[in-house]
Amino acid sequence: MVAIKDVNPVQAAPRNEGVQAPPPALSVAGLTVAYGEKPAVFSVDMTVAQGTMTAIVGPNGAGKSTLLKAVLGLVKPLSGEVRLFGLALSRARDRIAYVPQRASVDWDFPARVIDVVLMGLHRELGLLRRVRPEHLDRARACLARVGMQDFATRQIGQLSGGQQQRVFLARALVQQADLYLLDEPFAGVDAATEKAIIGVLKELQAEGRSIVAVHHDLSTVRAYFDHLFLINTRAIAAGPVADVFTGENLQRAYGGRLGEAQLAGGTLTG
Amino acid sequence: MGAEFVALSLPPLLIGILAAVTCALPGNFLLLRRQALIGDAISHVVLPGIVIAFLLTGTIATLPMLLGAAGAALLAVVLIEGVRRTARIEAGAAMGVVFTSLFAAGVLLLEQSDTSGVHLDVEHALYGNLESLIWLDATGWASLVDPVALAGLPSELPRMALALLIVCLALWLMWRPLAIATFDEGFAATLGLPVRAIGLGLVMLAALAAVAAFDAVGSIIVIAMFICPPASARMMTDRLGAQVGWSVAFAILSAVLGYVAAGYGPLWLGFENSVSAAGMIATVSGLILGVTMLAGPRRHPAGLARKG
Repeated sequence: MVAIKDVNPVQAAPRNEGVQAPPPALSVAGLTVAYGEKPAVFSVDMTVAQGTMTAIVGPNGAGKSTLLKAVLGLVKPLSGEVRLFGLALSRARDRIAYVPQRASVDWDFPARVIDVVLMGLHRELGLLRRVRPEHLDRARACLARVGMQDFATRQIGQLSGGQQQRVFLARALVQQADLYLLDEPFAGVDAATEKAIIGVLKELQAEGRSIVAVHHDLSTVRAYFDHLFLINTRAIAAGPVADVFTGENLQRAYGGRLGEAQLAGGTLTG
Repeated sequence: MGAEFVALSLPPLLIGILAAVTCALPGNFLLLRRQALIGDAISHVVLPGIVIAFLLTGTIATLPMLLGAAGAALLAVVLIEGVRRTARIEAGAAMGVVFTSLFAAGVLLLEQSDTSGVHLDVEHALYGNLESLIWLDATGWASLVDPVALAGLPSELPRMALALLIVCLALWLMWRPLAIATFDEGFAATLGLPVRAIGLGLVMLAALAAVAAFDAVGSIIVIAMFICPPASARMMTDRLGAQVGWSVAFAILSAVLGYVAAGYGPLWLGFENSVSAAGMIATVSGLILGVTMLAGPRRHPAGLARKG
């Protein structure tokens, strides 16, 4: 493993935040997560400024999803600290929304599209408050935003993969979060869905919200994101895409697994 | 139908219905979580629990039996979780290992201990004694409003009714978090929902249903009712609330048809004796599942098979 100091040092989480400077949407310090004995994420520092759109990129098994899950408290880290808008996770839940991998759930579950979107309102509704017309209106508006307004009463198992992914995004939209964390939102979706999703994400960013997405397609990194976080168990490089998306950094992240052809195809030369 | 029906058939029929519905309700969520076997596990481990309770107290009084059964169910849940985590095997295999071992231990214990003087045996554990839950104080339909006669009702009836009430209340309270955590546990956790406590709460609810029903109707009904009515219901609808409603309807239908068929079916067919009501109720629930699998409008059963 190459030391990460030489090129594009990974930003450390700020120790002292000024009163006027907004805290980063996400700051991770010294995060280590292990399944069994082998660490999946080792000693990672990461900072995501508010209003940015960051891709987490790395080879298979590099700990991308694990990093996201540790940030969300879904896996327990061995060590390290996670802050969201300067707050502990438990106090920042109303400001974050999570879009899991589509394949992580059983789509045969007996629910309609609108039922799934309404799940995003649980923190507002609590245990016993009933879903009222205004909640339904909000859920429908979020479906419309991802182009799924005509599918509200469809059973979720009848949707295509891309449509299911859009439903998941609509469920996150209804949460009206400030930070959106997405795990492979473009995996296995059709071109129309990919276009719809990136359109919505750019809208969110224009509204001042922050986006962090685990991403696997090198050819779209430049077009979709403005910040890049390269990881292979350890943080490899982080910063604006223009600075970080270099052949040298990718070679270090992917090692021998990334062929010259892929590097060339990844718009590196363009 | 008069005095004889009220005294001999009404109490077992009601108890059978209550037991079926009490087990079917949590069964819906167990099925969707692919944990349907947990009902099987719990109803088997109840046996060593009641044997140990008998050995400790020397009686088959209700309270120690229920405590022993509940203790064994709790132990099984802990063991299953422990085996699953330390051995890193799938939940179904962990359940299989734990409940067969504990059930076998219960059979050994039962063999080695002197239970000849009391009504405690493996058959009882499997089939229960539904037919024997009769209401001797009843003289006719009027007894239903006679406090003196009501006091003589088999104690299984109010106990089962209480268990059903608790299950209904808990599901009503947990409904939305339980639905979200069942569909997408990761997302539920990011909402701040205590997903592990919800999962454990569901299993405890299933244990309550199994333990309460076990004494009255035996483990055959418990196992069948956790799985068959919810699985049949899944064939009828694509909505969770409707599925739970259908499962209650199928549970009641199984209990009534099964009880009647066991009591009168063999006579109609020319045989002399009735057959086990518990066995017949479980069989009917399986037949209903078969019919819904062939003819239900939504034939892609959760937990049984998956399309694509």
